[in-house]
Parts: sequence; structure tokens; C-alpha cells
Amino acid sequence: MYAANFLLLGAVLFSIGVFGVIARRNAVMVLMSIELILNAVNINLIAFALMNDSAEGHVFALYVIAVAAAEVGVGLAMVLMIYRNRRSIALDELSEMRG
Amino acid sequence: MMLAASLSSGWFLENAFLIPLIPAIGFAVIIGFGRRLPKGGSEVGIASMALSLVIAIGTTVQWIQRVGSADGSSGEHALGGVFGFARSVFPAASEGGKGGEAYVEPVIRSWTWWQSGGLEFGLGQHIDGLAVMLLLLVAFISLLVQIFSTEYVAGDRRYTHFFAALTLFSAGMLVMVLAENMIQLILGWEIMGLCSFMLIGHWWEEAANSRAALKAFFTVRVGDMGLLVGTAVIFFGANQWAVENGSNGFSIQAISGWAMSGEASSSVLFWGAVALFIACIGKSGQFPLHTWLPDAMAGPTPVSSLLHSSTMVVAGVFLVARLYPVFYTGFDIGGTNVNLIAVIGAITIVIAAALAFVQNDIKKVLAYSTVSQLGYMMLGLGVGAWLPAVFHIFTHAFFKCCLFLAAGSISHSGSHHSFDMKKDMGGLWRKMPITAGTWMVSTAALCGVPFFSGFFSKDEIIDNAHNNGYNFFYYVGLIGAAMTAAYMTRATYLTFFGTARGAAAGEHHDEHGDAHADDHADDHGHDAHADDHGHDDHHGAHAGPHESPWRITAPLVILAVLAIGSGYLNAPAVGTHYFTDWVEPRGVAVELESYAGDEGHSEALGLAALPRAEEGYSEGCGYTDPAPGTVCYAPKLNHAKFSWGKAAPSILLVALGIGISTWLSLGVFGGRRNPLAGLTSRFAPARWIHTLLVRKYFLDDLYERVIVRAVAHPISRAAYWVNQNILDGVVNGVGRSGRTAGDWVYRNVDQRVVDGAVKASGVVASESGHALQPIQSGRVNQYGALLFGAATVGAILLILLNI
Repeated sequence: MYAANFLLLGAVLFSIGVFGVIARRNAVMVLMSIELILNAVNINLIAFALMNDSAEGHVFALYVIAVAAAEVGVGLAMVLMIYRNRRSIALDELSEMRG
Repeated sequence: MMLAASLSSGWFLENAFLIPLIPAIGFAVIIGFGRRLPKGGSEVGIASMALSLVIAIGTTVQWIQRVGSADGSSGEHALGGVFGFARSVFPAASEGGKGGEAYVEPVIRSWTWWQSGGLEFGLGQHIDGLAVMLLLLVAFISLLVQIFSTEYVAGDRRYTHFFAALTLFSAGMLVMVLAENMIQLILGWEIMGLCSFMLIGHWWEEAANSRAALKAFFTVRVGDMGLLVGTAVIFFGANQWAVENGSNGFSIQAISGWAMSGEASSSVLFWGAVALFIACIGKSGQFPLHTWLPDAMAGPTPVSSLLHSSTMVVAGVFLVARLYPVFYTGFDIGGTNVNLIAVIGAITIVIAAALAFVQNDIKKVLAYSTVSQLGYMMLGLGVGAWLPAVFHIFTHAFFKCCLFLAAGSISHSGSHHSFDMKKDMGGLWRKMPITAGTWMVSTAALCGVPFFSGFFSKDEIIDNAHNNGYNFFYYVGLIGAAMTAAYMTRATYLTFFGTARGAAAGEHHDEHGDAHADDHADDHGHDAHADDHGHDDHHGAHAGPHESPWRITAPLVILAVLAIGSGYLNAPAVGTHYFTDWVEPRGVAVELESYAGDEGHSEALGLAALPRAEEGYSEGCGYTDPAPGTVCYAPKLNHAKFSWGKAAPSILLVALGIGISTWLSLGVFGGRRNPLAGLTSRFAPARWIHTLLVRKYFLDDLYERVIVRAVAHPISRAAYWVNQNILDGVVNGVGRSGRTAGDWVYRNVDQRVVDGAVKASGVVASESGHALQPIQSGRVNQYGALLFGAATVGAILLILLNI
């Protein structure tokens, strides 16, 4: 059974994604990292679907892909607007929401 | 099943619901775009009524075919050769099918309008002979009236709205006529009530007109309460039976079946019938709620014509005819010889006819005549003469519509917008030959002169009253016939004969100075109307009375021809009975499984048809309960056999009425010497009677002074006192004690406990906020780190705890 390998791949991708979200300053790179996290989740879902011999995991993965596409669309639009206003997409400079 | 297949149907029958739908759409179009159309919306109204009429004609033709197919492939009616061996192959419907003709299944379709609590309220169509007859009648009369109106209200400032209301009015009547259930019937009923209000008050700038509109609306509303109550009573009575048979207690067919089933509680039926009949009293202008009808003359003449011939006032009669099984069993019409419907009808005939004698306003004479004729219809229904009553609706519509339009024609071209027979008419027959001729024909029909249509319908009612044992009502009917002949003769003499007076003689009234000081609403109304378009076109030269243009005379001539011809559809004197065959519901028991709940198709069980009993049944629908498994939708009714001998009394009385009235008219109005002339000024009892009639039996005074003052005023005063002293006192007391309690609560609870708690929580929140402030750095990466850190901690905890 290759399931363990799939899960391992998923875990590795997830970790890379988390690292990217936390460590990267570039907003586009953060968005790409979020995509990595979502795809790691997809791999997990499909791996479990294979293990349990059910189609629900596949269906759910398709939903995740669709939602991810929408999320990237919104995210990139926000990044674009931020760039227009500030001529920069460095996230550590964005701290207007400080309490 | 085989018989059902032989019942023919067709596109028109299946889609008869379009007949009211088209004018309804027409109304929306006129309201929406009418003002921008070249003819102000009237063309839309006329086109929609014409289209409705076409469909109605198609429906009528297919209904006749359907009846023919039920009675045998040859189309022969039951009196003929349908001693059908062809039918003997069908199983016998036990005793139910005896002595009848084939049951003609109505074409019923229904769509769910809304649902509430498992109850479906439908809209649909219930097409049977009665509905088909009225659909045709209403569409036809409405079309003629609209054509007439294009000339009559030309140039009016609310021309578009007039046609919109007229079209919606017809739509309302049509909706009611083909109503499949009581809810739809109420819908159409109320649309008509609203439109009659709008149309009667069309010239609402005059206070008298808007008062008349309000009076009509509220008087009818009094009766409408009866409709709602009656519908509810019948619903709760019939629903269980109806649900068991795949329908609900609003369906008209189910109500009919329930009422005839013998399972209905007689008290429910009785009180339901009483409540529904109160609605009919209001709508059809029966005693004692007839007072709105003459005042409704304040509306434009085409409106009066439409209201009084085929719509509105006929609605009440229609309701009784439609739910006849309820009234038949509720009042036990077949078994007694006195009941509420007949009594009210008889009273109405006589009092309205008497009132017609003292009216000077030509339209009011016609209005009271309508009331009286409606009394005949109610009397007919009350004595079990269903068919003659419905036939009287049919014939009456034509000649009454014609009379009203003739009155409109006179006022339009003959008497310069006046309706006063004594002031502004007389000798008009030379000037307006077409109007006069059509008026004469219609008057003859109304009076019941032999060979005119009214004779064949009214005499049948009178004859059947006698035949069914309602002897008292037979004599009332005869007296009414004589009175009708007399007052119509008086009106005819005053209008068309004798010397020309006032406007009819070419005098020009100073209308703007309000020369008519009398308080007739119509005069004011038509003064306003005259102001509207001034004295343009045909009044330009003011050449005195002259014949009206073709758009007025054409409807008159058509209606006058029908005022003669329509009677021959069911003239026993010449042996025709088409109307009986096509319209009357057959009182035959039908197999109950075939109940037309959803499919709309059922099979009727016909027996070998026996000749129609002429002199009386003793069993069958309406006499004995239908056998188990069968249902009756209509009682089996007797039909009196016509003979000239039986018709002779009424013919004699009509002749007498015309003769005496002519003699009197010549004496009183024509100046010939006559012992009775000036009787009212010489002889006190005659004067009293005259005053009584002029004041309309003081009924208006009773309603306005006694009922409104004595009932409404004390009630409102008492309500005011209660309001000021009791309610305000309670409110003030509550307010004072509330304030005291509030003060105490404020000082102790509010200030100390609540405020303390609030302040303490505020301090805690503020301090913890300050403590946590550094975490809110505003940097996304940090938030992400916290999020994933927390998730990791959570995951580790989960693993540790689970394993």
C-alpha cells in the first residue's frame, strides 16, 4: 500500500506551505504557499478516499480545488490593490490593523 | 368509461379560463399604457372583450356538442328518441338514474393557487351550462356596452380609467361565473364590488356621486359578510365529505354533491344557505338592501346598463343558482311552499314595482324595474323554478341593457344630459325613431307581452310557482306583472309621447347655473360631464333633439332584436326547449368513484332515458338520498307544462296594466279629463301612499337616521367615554405606579447592582486588552504563525490524549 507515501508527501507539502506563509514577506509567495497547503490537504483527502474505497474524498477534493481557485482570485485582486496603493507588496510593512 | 369517451370536449371547453384572463390582461395594458395609445385604451378594452366573446362562442358551441354527445350521438335531446338500447349495456345506477337524461359532466380544471395547512386553494374553471350561458352573455353585453361607451364618454377626462375599470369589471364577473371553488367566486365577487365603486363614482368631483358610490360599496359589503360566513359554514360542513371523495370543502362541485348526499346536517345547510342568501340580498339588490341600486344611477349610463343587465346584480342570483343544491336542501324548496328566498323575492317584486311609479328620473324607473325583475329571478329560484329563473337572467339582460342604453341615447342626444322625464322629455319618438323603436320592443319584452322574450321567461316563473304549489307566490307574480306593465307604460308615455317639454322641446338649460335644483345625483353627474367636453361636436349648434350616432344605435338595434329573439330559445308556446337541454344541470345520480377530483374526467352512468316527467317526480335526486356509491350534483326539478290557458291570467293582467296606465297617463300628464287626475292632492290616503313611495318607504331614513344615528352614534359616544375615562384612567394609573416603581429600581438596582457589574466588567476588559495589545501587531505573518502554532499544539494534544 502506497498510502503512507501519499500521506508523507502531503505532510511535507503542508510543512513547506506553513513555512512559506510564516516566513515569506512577499504577498504573492504567501498566496502560493497557501495553495501548497490546500493541495497537501487534497492529497490527504484522496489518499484516505483510496484507503476507504469511497468516492466522498474525491468529491471533497474537487470542492477544495474550486474554492482554492476563488480564493486565489480574491487574494490576487487584494494584492494588486495593495500594490497600487503602496507600490509594495511586502507584508511586514502592512500593519494598519495593529491594535 | 365508454360513456365518458362519448362526451365530446374541445379546445375551447378546456381553455375557457382564458375568457376572464384576457380582459384581466387588457385591464393591465390599459392602466399601464392606455394614455399613450391613440384611442386612450378603449381599443384594448374592446379588443379584449371581442376576443373573450370569440372564445365564449367557441365554448358555447362545444358545450352544445357535449350535451348532444351525452344525449346520444344524433344530438337528439331526451324527449326524442333516446330510449336508447345503446345505453342499456351500462350498469344501472340503482335508483339514482331513474327517469332522467344523461348526466353531462362539467369541464373542471383547477390549479393550485396557494397552500395553507394542507389545504389547497385553487383557481380553475367549472364549465357547465349555467357558466357557459353567463360567459357568453357577459362577454357579449360587455362588448356592446364598451362600443356604446366610446361615443358616450368621448372626451371625458378619465376616459382611460373608465375603460380600464369597465374591462376589469367584466373580468371580475367572468372569473366569478366560471369559478371552480368558493374562494375564486369570492375573488370575482369582490373585484366586481371594487369596480362598481370606481365606476359609480366615476364623476366623483360631485359629492352626490361619490356618496352614491360609497353607499353602493358599503351596502353590498353588509351582504358580503354573509358570503364569508356562509362560505366558512359550508366549508366546515362539507369538508369532511369532500376530502373523503378527493376534493375539499371549497369546491363547488363537492359542495353540491355534499348538499345532495343526505349526509349533510340540515342545520349547517340551513344556516349556510341563510348566510349566503344575505350576500345575494346585498349584491342583487333584494329587499331590504335594495337601496343602493337606484342610487347607483349616479354612474355613467353605460355603467348602469352593464351593472343592471348581465353583471353585478345578477351575481347574487347566479350564486343561488350555482349553489342551488345547498339552497334547495337547506330551505327544503321541494318539500314546502314557503321559504326565505321566495318571500324576499316576492317582497322585492312588489315594493320595487310600486316605487317605480313615482320616479321622475328615467334611469331610476329602470333601476327599480331591475330590482323588481331580480325579485322575479329570486322568486323563481325560491319556488324551484331553476331554469325559468336562469332563463330570465338571460332574456332580462338583453332587454334591460337595451332600455338603459336607450335612456343613455335619449340623454345624450335628446334631452341634453337630463334624465328627468317630466321636465325634459316627451314627444321624442318623432325625433329619435330608432331609440324609440328599440325602447318599445324592450318595454314589451319587460312587460311580458306575448311573443317577446320576457313573456317566455317571466311567465314560466309564474307558472312554475303555481305548479310547485307555491300558490301565494303565484298571485304575487301575477300582480307584479301587471304593475310592471303599468309603470313601464307610464315611463314610455312620459318619454316618447305627449308634448315635448324642456330640453326635448329644444330649450337650452342654463346647466352651469345648476338649473336642476333637485338633488338627483345623475343630474349633477351629467352636468359635470357636460362641463367636461363643453358643448362640442354634436351639441355645437344645439339643434335640439336628434337621433344618436351609429355607435349608440347599433348596440340598441342588436339588443332589441335579441330582446325578441332570445325568448325563442326556450319558448314552450312554440315548442322549443333548447335552453332547458343545454343549461339545466341534470338531476341524475352519478357513480361516486368517478368524482372529478383530479382528472377532470368522469363517467356518468346513464340509464335508458325515460321521457322527462312533466308533472312531478316523487323520487330521485332531491327527493330521496342517492344510493350508496352514487352522488347527485343537482336536484331533479319539475317543469310546468305550458298551456295558453294557464298563461291567460298574466296576459290579461298585463293588458289591463297597460290599459289602465295609458288611460291614467293621458289623464294625468296628457291633460285629458280624468276622475283620477290630481287624486293625490284631493284624497289624503292617496297622498300618504304617494309620500311613502317618494320617500322610498323611509328605508333610507331608517338606515341613515335610525340605524346610523341610533346605533352608531351612541356606540361611538360610549366608545369615546370608555376611551377617556376607563382606558385613559387605567393607562394613567399604570403609568403613575410604574414611575414610582421605576424610581426605586433606578436608585437601588440600577445604580448599585447593575452599574457596579457593568463597570467592573469594563475595567477587566480594558486591563486584559492592554495586556494582549502587543499580540495585535497587524502583521499577517505573525497571525499566521500564531494560527499554525495553535493548530500544532491542538494536534499534539489530540494525539497525546487519544493514544
